[in-house]
Amino acid sequence: MFNRDRWNEILEVLTSNWFRTALTAFGVFWGILILIILLAAGKGLENGIRADFGDIATNTMFMWSRNTTKAYMGLPKGRRYNYKLDDVQAIKDNVPNLRFVSPRNRLGGFQGANNVTRGIKTGAFAVYGDYPEIINQDPMTITSGRFLNQSDINEKRKIAIIGEGVKLSLYDKGEEVIGTYIKIQGVNFMVIGTYKKKSNNGDGEEGMKEIYIPFTTFSQAFNRADNVGWMAITANDGSSITAVKDKIISIVKQNRKIHPDDKRAVGYFDLYEQYNRVESLFGAMGFIAYFVGILVLLSGVIGVSNIMLIVVKERTKEIGIRRALGEDPWSIKLQIVMESIFLTIISGMAGISFGALFIYGINAVLEANGPIDMFLNPSVGLEVVVAALAILVISGLLAGFIPAQSAIKVRPIDALRTE
Amino acid sequence: MGSNSLHVLKGINFTAESGELVAIMGSSGSGKSTLLNILGMLDEADSGEYTLDGVPIKNLNETKAAKYRNKFLGFVFQSFNLINYKSALENVALPLYYQRIPRKERQERAMKYLEQVGLKEWATHLPNELSGGQKQRVAIARAMAAEPKVLLADEPTGALDSTTSYEVMDLLQKINDLGNTILVVTHENDIAHMCKRIIYLKDGVIVKDEKVKQVRASEYV
Repeated sequence: MFNRDRWNEILEVLTSNWFRTALTAFGVFWGILILIILLAAGKGLENGIRADFGDIATNTMFMWSRNTTKAYMGLPKGRRYNYKLDDVQAIKDNVPNLRFVSPRNRLGGFQGANNVTRGIKTGAFAVYGDYPEIINQDPMTITSGRFLNQSDINEKRKIAIIGEGVKLSLYDKGEEVIGTYIKIQGVNFMVIGTYKKKSNNGDGEEGMKEIYIPFTTFSQAFNRADNVGWMAITANDGSSITAVKDKIISIVKQNRKIHPDDKRAVGYFDLYEQYNRVESLFGAMGFIAYFVGILVLLSGVIGVSNIMLIVVKERTKEIGIRRALGEDPWSIKLQIVMESIFLTIISGMAGISFGALFIYGINAVLEANGPIDMFLNPSVGLEVVVAALAILVISGLLAGFIPAQSAIKVRPIDALRTE
Repeated sequence: MGSNSLHVLKGINFTAESGELVAIMGSSGSGKSTLLNILGMLDEADSGEYTLDGVPIKNLNETKAAKYRNKFLGFVFQSFNLINYKSALENVALPLYYQRIPRKERQERAMKYLEQVGLKEWATHLPNELSGGQKQRVAIARAMAAEPKVLLADEPTGALDSTTSYEVMDLLQKINDLGNTILVVTHENDIAHMCKRIIYLKDGVIVKDEKVKQVRASEYV
């Protein structure tokens, strides 16, 4: 196969009619280019949507309380109830494969009144009472100091971790933050850390105007007893939260004396389910890209096959001579298949390179003009390029196969008679 | 290929000894080309036996036929049948290439045969830069390159003027003098008489098989 004469011959044949070879090559070039661009566009959309999910642990559900809609055990319908800390314990004890069960409470928030003051500066921020695990479920980067830990919970320390956005409105530029005090609804908290959240679709700004304090401190300072506002529950990797969702809900229903058939008393949002829905959308997009791309490529490949048939026809006499001189029919077959594969691969490589250049250009334009909603960093992975090459080799093989067969089907004596 | 079959040869029986120079003569349609094609394993006889150098030639698949053609036979055609994008040297080296002889040795041997036909200086030329006589000499060199048992020449002078024809015949005679067996199909009397034996074909049967006194082509050149 790696034989100088054979390659000489391949080049000889393909360069003998430049224009025709180029036109044929264009079909394959175009096909693979379309495939690459479609896949890159799909990837760009996927990246954009994934960025919207941010760093949040996606195998997570959120659960909050609503009014009951059914009377049960002597309790009326329309009753307002609260989750308690023992619900959290009950879930942890009875449901396997859970990684984190974080009870949360909140004060203030979006469009709330000013609730935090420091000296003469005030601001309206969302204040969360949390357990240390929350940093794994709603990831943030600690920019100075530290995050909550278990001793803070146990000792009900009056400490706070503030976002960079909070720091911006309560502190002067360059002012030392750690160790200072802020007043949340009249209660003093010492700031022990600052954090930053990754921007996800513009929510990052809002996400950095939050204050985290220990859950236990929150309950005591703001008079929540053992009430829990809502929970963020994350399942272990490898098992889905969707699968244990019903079990969790039935446990809290039992604990809170809610009718088992009351479908509206427990509010929840299954992030994993949403995420999976989007995931399957990505899958479908990938499928469409491959489907369309390969069909376009196929028409190019048929072009190659067609030209190879013509080349074989033109060379019938030559093939006859070579067979009279004693060339093995397999060698002739191999020659034609190699010509076809060579042509497909060369033009395919050109298509892949051009596609890469195109993607590079798009990225440069995106970078220069700022981000577009739901579209980010279109790209194709190495595995796509490898797959494309494999497709090329296989299609080259298929394109060469029929012409090669027809080349050796003609008897040498008939081939020699051809003028 | 056609559905009408035509019996061209109707019983041919002859033996060519090693070192013979045999002319097969006959008017067109007498079956001489068909006979040569059968001898050349390009065509197969419906019945009968063919033994080449003690090897029975029958039931060949294409791969095997190709191997035998390469090893036992050298072809010279009326229309030269050189591959026109390969130089004279590469054309001569082709049968050796099919024997998987290394490139360097192949070229050396091909050059030796080109020299023998007097075309060493033309080695790098493409066929369309050569005259008809030169082309046929390249073809003869190519046929000889694999050192075949038998050289089969189908109207080797058919496309050449008489002077060039005699040159080509002179070359074939010299090759024969070295001990090579050659079969020449021709319909020209003078060419046939430059061989040592003439087999006359008519309507698919041998009408005469005689040894003749060889006329040396060099007398005319």
